[in-house]
Amino acid sequence: MSKTPMLSVTNLKRVFDVSAPWLNRMLEGKGRSIVRAVDGVNFSIDKGETFSLVGESGCGKSTVARLIVGLYEPSDGSINFEGVEIGQAATRAKHPEIQGRMQMIFQDPYASLNPRWRVGDIVAEPLRFRRLLKSRAEIQTRVGELLAQVGLSPLDARKYPHEFSGGQRQRISIARALAGEPEFLVCDEPTSALDVSVQAQILNLMKELQRKLNLTYLFISHNLAVVYHVSDKVGVMYLGRLVEWADTQTLFERPLHPYTRMLLDAIPDLDMTGRARTPVAGEVPSPLNPPPGCSFHPRCPLANERCRREVPKALPVEGGAVACHAVEENRLPPWKTQAAA
Amino acid sequence: MTSPKLLEVKNLRVEFPTRRGTLVAVDDVSLEIAAGEVLGVVGESGAGKSMTGAAIIGLLEPPGRIASGEIRLEGRRIDNLPYHEMRRIRGRQIGAIFQDPLTSLNPLYKVGDQLIETIQTHLPLTHAQARDRAVKLLEDVGIPSAAERITHYPHQFSGGMRQRVVIALALAAEPKLIIADEPTTALDVSIQAQIIQLLRRLCREHGTAVMLVTHDMGVIAETADRVAVMYAGRIAEIGPVQDVIKRPHHPYTVGLMGAIPAMGHKAERLTQIDGSMPRLNAIPKGCAFNPRCPKVFDRCRVERPDPMPAGNSNAACWLVAKEPAHV
Repeated sequence: MSKTPMLSVTNLKRVFDVSAPWLNRMLEGKGRSIVRAVDGVNFSIDKGETFSLVGESGCGKSTVARLIVGLYEPSDGSINFEGVEIGQAATRAKHPEIQGRMQMIFQDPYASLNPRWRVGDIVAEPLRFRRLLKSRAEIQTRVGELLAQVGLSPLDARKYPHEFSGGQRQRISIARALAGEPEFLVCDEPTSALDVSVQAQILNLMKELQRKLNLTYLFISHNLAVVYHVSDKVGVMYLGRLVEWADTQTLFERPLHPYTRMLLDAIPDLDMTGRARTPVAGEVPSPLNPPPGCSFHPRCPLANERCRREVPKALPVEGGAVACHAVEENRLPPWKTQAAA
Repeated sequence: MTSPKLLEVKNLRVEFPTRRGTLVAVDDVSLEIAAGEVLGVVGESGAGKSMTGAAIIGLLEPPGRIASGEIRLEGRRIDNLPYHEMRRIRGRQIGAIFQDPLTSLNPLYKVGDQLIETIQTHLPLTHAQARDRAVKLLEDVGIPSAAERITHYPHQFSGGMRQRVVIALALAAEPKLIIADEPTTALDVSIQAQIIQLLRRLCREHGTAVMLVTHDMGVIAETADRVAVMYAGRIAEIGPVQDVIKRPHHPYTVGLMGAIPAMGHKAERLTQIDGSMPRLNAIPKGCAFNPRCPKVFDRCRVERPDPMPAGNSNAACWLVAKEPAHV
């Protein structure tokens, strides 16, 4: 690849110490317990594209999002933004201009807006904080523009968040995120709290803004159908590791990793009315005590001795990469091609 | 018993009197469920789908009340029963599964004790018999080493396992009807698939009818025989699941189907329905959907449509009205 990606993440790790208090540990004779929320994740995002992370709850996808915007500090590994290393908080602090080019949209539009602030103040906060505009009149005009851009009325600036529905609140969050003119947006489940018809409005709006403002998205979601709709590339996470990544078409047409296949199989499809699905066995193991070797092996139909022992390395394949011994050893059954024409 | 209908709801209206006037959460809803049938009830938040379920099982939160209409279970009216009689029906004849398995189990009691209590309330069994039945129920819903798990507390189960326990509780007294209110919404996709399959298998085996309330059309498509689409407290369209999904008649159903991101063909834009569902205190005159409807015409703004036959389904829309407008 000739051009440098906008964001690249190498061997990113984050552990959380969830041990009991010291005294309890001494009395009960227990050791420390550590959750490896993100355990060696690599990916890169090019400018103007949408990279999605999917996975079930507890797989570490939201932690990755928070690491990238700097809400958490990585335990290890690097985050590289246009060639500048911003992984550690100290180095990140030296580049405030980069922080300003990133923004985040959160999942719950009810919790992420201050109920005591007027919408105009909420949207203007990034402008005031970073002193982008000085005069009140300028700020007011800009807030009006931003609100219009997300499909609200400039007059809505005088209202409070409770006067809006969930979808409209999410529009306010987007307007606030856009206020600082970011180029890179991290969207953590932006539509999962919304109804389908409203979700469609927000997804359409996000795509429209991406085209207009040449935005780059890191999109976090558990909904594969939404991910399929919005993304250029998709990474699938399982227990803190990226098990497969590929461009969207490849991943959805020829998924390789057994976990990806299982997820795709589990989506209820409107066309499959009445059809029985392939049973999916087991549950996500506790991240406190992940299985050794490939963490998916207890649920994997293809697991063998090696999978129980050795952590698979990411293997470059056509259109992406996959971390699976079965793929490496060529004992992967062919993926059923969808009969639908 | 001449009618095969298990549950019959006629012109149900649920009201919430408030200081600023009466809110109508469910308005003139009529539906029926045959024995062993799965009826999906789908709609966006605030459409009145959970409220309909709560009214049927007699668990409306005050000040909500059934203002008019009838609910009949096997021909017997159950909407006006006194509290203690309704209690006997609840659990014995109508079971319930709620969205959050953590809040529907008592965290201070072992799951076995909760099951045994439910079984003994409704069935004339000794404690030992009830215990055997509880173990069997847990095995039935796919909980491994059930005899041992019966002594565990709810917090020792994972989300999916907890929902299995809740299903076992709902099935404990072999009810004829289960009201499942968003049973899979709190679960991950892979677990959701397991639970849906389980629910379908159990209902087939036990011949239980299910009213499946959800906002997820995919779940409905996989599980239900018939589906009712609700909008602003009313049924917009009701019919066999294939017909409603493939050949929707009501513009709201059409919009709802288009708004679901589909796998397989990538559209640049999703069909969107502009605006949002009206609040209960501001339901528009005429058809409640008229301000958002792309095919709205004069009659929609003044006259409220009732469900009328449209293909194999019934749709509450003037577009499908056979007779010309008689205004």
